[in-house]
Amino acid sequence: MDYHTIVGFSKSWGLFYLIGLAIVVVAYAFWPGNRKRFNRAKNSILDKDDRPRS
Amino acid sequence: MPEAHRKLERNAIGFVLAIIGVSAIGGLVEIAPLFTIHETVETAKDMRVYTPLEVAGRNIYIREGCYACHSQMIRTLRDEVERYGPYSLAVESKYDHPMLWGSKRTGPDLARLGNKYSDAWHVAHLINPRHVVPQSVMPRYGWLMRNEVRIDDAGQHLAALRVVGVPYTDEMIANATKDAYGQANPDSDQAAGVTQRYGEATNVRTFDGEPGRLTEMDALVAYLQVLGHLTDAAYKQTSSAKE
Amino acid sequence: MISGLTVSERQSALLILIVMAFVGLAMAGVGRGDLLGVHGGIVLMISVALSFAVIGHYYDPEPPAERLAEYYDDPTRVGIVLAMIWAVVAMAVGVWVAALLAWPDMTWDVGWLSFGRLRPVHTSGVIFGFGGNALIATSFHVLQRTSRARLPDQISPWFVLIGYNLFCVIAATGYLMGLTQSKEYAEPEWYADLWLVIVWVTYFVLYLRTLQRRQEPHIYVANWYYMAFILVVAVLHIVNNLAVPVSLGHAKSYSLFSGVQDAMTQWWYGHNAVAFFLTAGFLGMMYYYLPKRAGRPIFSYRLSIISFWGITFMYMWAGSHHLHYTALPQWVQTLGMTFSIVLLVPSWASAGNALATLNGAWFKVRDDATLRFMMVAAVFYGLATFEGSFMAIRAVNSLSHYTDWTIGHVHGGALGWVAMITFGSFYALVPWMWRQERMYSPKLVEVHFWLALSGTIVYVFAMWNSGIIQGLMWRTYNENGTLAYSFIDSVVAMHPYYIARAFGGFLFLLGAIVCAYNIWMTIRLSKAKVVTEDGKTDVPVLEPATVLQAGE
Repeated sequence: MDYHTIVGFSKSWGLFYLIGLAIVVVAYAFWPGNRKRFNRAKNSILDKDDRPRS
Repeated sequence: MPEAHRKLERNAIGFVLAIIGVSAIGGLVEIAPLFTIHETVETAKDMRVYTPLEVAGRNIYIREGCYACHSQMIRTLRDEVERYGPYSLAVESKYDHPMLWGSKRTGPDLARLGNKYSDAWHVAHLINPRHVVPQSVMPRYGWLMRNEVRIDDAGQHLAALRVVGVPYTDEMIANATKDAYGQANPDSDQAAGVTQRYGEATNVRTFDGEPGRLTEMDALVAYLQVLGHLTDAAYKQTSSAKE
Repeated sequence: MISGLTVSERQSALLILIVMAFVGLAMAGVGRGDLLGVHGGIVLMISVALSFAVIGHYYDPEPPAERLAEYYDDPTRVGIVLAMIWAVVAMAVGVWVAALLAWPDMTWDVGWLSFGRLRPVHTSGVIFGFGGNALIATSFHVLQRTSRARLPDQISPWFVLIGYNLFCVIAATGYLMGLTQSKEYAEPEWYADLWLVIVWVTYFVLYLRTLQRRQEPHIYVANWYYMAFILVVAVLHIVNNLAVPVSLGHAKSYSLFSGVQDAMTQWWYGHNAVAFFLTAGFLGMMYYYLPKRAGRPIFSYRLSIISFWGITFMYMWAGSHHLHYTALPQWVQTLGMTFSIVLLVPSWASAGNALATLNGAWFKVRDDATLRFMMVAAVFYGLATFEGSFMAIRAVNSLSHYTDWTIGHVHGGALGWVAMITFGSFYALVPWMWRQERMYSPKLVEVHFWLALSGTIVYVFAMWNSGIIQGLMWRTYNENGTLAYSFIDSVVAMHPYYIARAFGGFLFLLGAIVCAYNIWMTIRLSKAKVVTEDGKTDVPVLEPATVLQAGE
């Protein structure tokens, strides 16, 4: 575990991590099955919300 | 996978872990290597520690917020090196807990301020900067001359600094209060121990021009006069680069 | 408000306050002869005063059980008021220190009036006092509405709000006495930091408990941002403030880190305080109040998710752009620069998402100053993030760093984005909270809008000019190949811009005062109404709102 190994790891691995994470997030956001939930969430804040639901 | 994320979301705790995971990595990857390195901080054999009086002065520098307008970090740019001196090396702030690199130059950089002006100039300048530099916008610090600096706990300060990694010896800690007084009172009995413990290059002078009383001015000027002179590494590096 | 607590909650409140009073007493005792003792006295006084307030209502009847069918909004109301108090005080200090740079002798040789001690009062006051209270107040509101669930208890929100403000008071009074760690935006000393950890953990647990009670399957995206704000700020705060106190009786401590490691840790903290305190938290605000006020759902929910993870991931890498050309290893600088540039993508996605939400409702933006506050905030958010990415480029940074350009950039974000989105959200929230149809004076909202906008523009342009001139003067050479200007030449050149900046700040402060007055009068209107209805004044109005909320 010397300085150069860690730096090398930091430099290369960060890029793969970034790409991987981006793919996962985009897949989640555009997954067809999620469309309904997102639409509901998006519109739900506009509902009348003057008291908690019990 | 979306099923997994849905569960993640349903369970707020999973979501929390995801946020921590995703966010922590950037910091870890960037900061962790800096602690493994010996290369980040060059070695400088002649590097000395701050004396108790300089520590007290540094704490006044922090207390008055000097770092808000003065940097202590000369960048590797031609104009900065020509204006302020050799660019700053990591080793020079090795014992700075915390570092005072600063982020703004409302006033000039101070990394190489030491020995540039006389003690009397600093005292006059701190009491009223406009007496020395008419267009200056620096505040006046007259109270530094009026307040006595607290040194009875100097040993405790050095001991705390030792805990975080500054190599103070038992002897330095035991004599801290005496050394703080002696450094600003060259004619006193306490003066001799200072150079013996901190090196011949240590400034032992009546910094504020008033022997006897140990003021905050003494401490701050002692600190300012040592800025950039804890090691010669930066000066050596530049001269060898020129050759 | 206190009579809204159940008897057992009043007992817990008293218990907590008594423990705090003893802690204060202990601090005053061991800190005799040190400034720690003064802070002990302040803690003791505040705890005793609050205890008396609780005791005064101790024998009030139990609150009705129907309260559980309502949201718990008292802490939000108090949080809004506290935020506005901090806004006015801290912005006034800001104008004052701006003036000190033009007329330095206004310090009158008094320590606590000097620039170096007042400056952190301004920065902490606006960021933590104003911004923090606004975030806490709105987060409680948004959390309950989007979860359709009431806060789980009535003590922890008060502990968070009051404890947080105690931290702010300790911080601000400490700076005036000269207590600071010198770490920018993390100046308070070790004991204040420890206290904030306790408060923050309570805040986090409260947030989680409410989320677990939610009646919605999905956690609305605004809460994601608020959660990232709470969590990451906790991590940043704990790591950056690791320090060893000189002794338990000393306020002074020494940072665990030194030199280059400390610089990297500090700017990892500093930059992400901007990211997660001043960006993520306020994005949470935007994702709720902007659609709500516009009466339109957010343009793209998916985009908000993608930008959330983008921001959460990428900001953490960007801090090292504060240390270009320094003794920090170059690969760290390059990494910071790269991520700072990529960061523009999720940032603009958020700003664009906000503006696209308003597309089709521009007539509302034209007529409604509240919505206009939010729109301008989104525009400034886009501008400031673009500028930030630009300034992170090494070549640009070599000019801009250490100059007023940075100050201009920060204020473009702080005034244009953070303060504007907060004012907009408050103008939407205050009538809901105090059950009014609208603010006391929509005209004054309009006045505030133009004061805030013109103040921001004057400020930012003054600092851009001064910063670029400063940077250029420092690096200008004459024909002989020597530096053309002495440092003091550049100081002299700044004078007109410093005056312009103070003026811009003054306009902005005036706007904040107008806002505080408007909110105050709205509260008074509601008080007057409650008195005529049932004769009670300090009981929260709990009957279901009959007033239509905006956006319905």
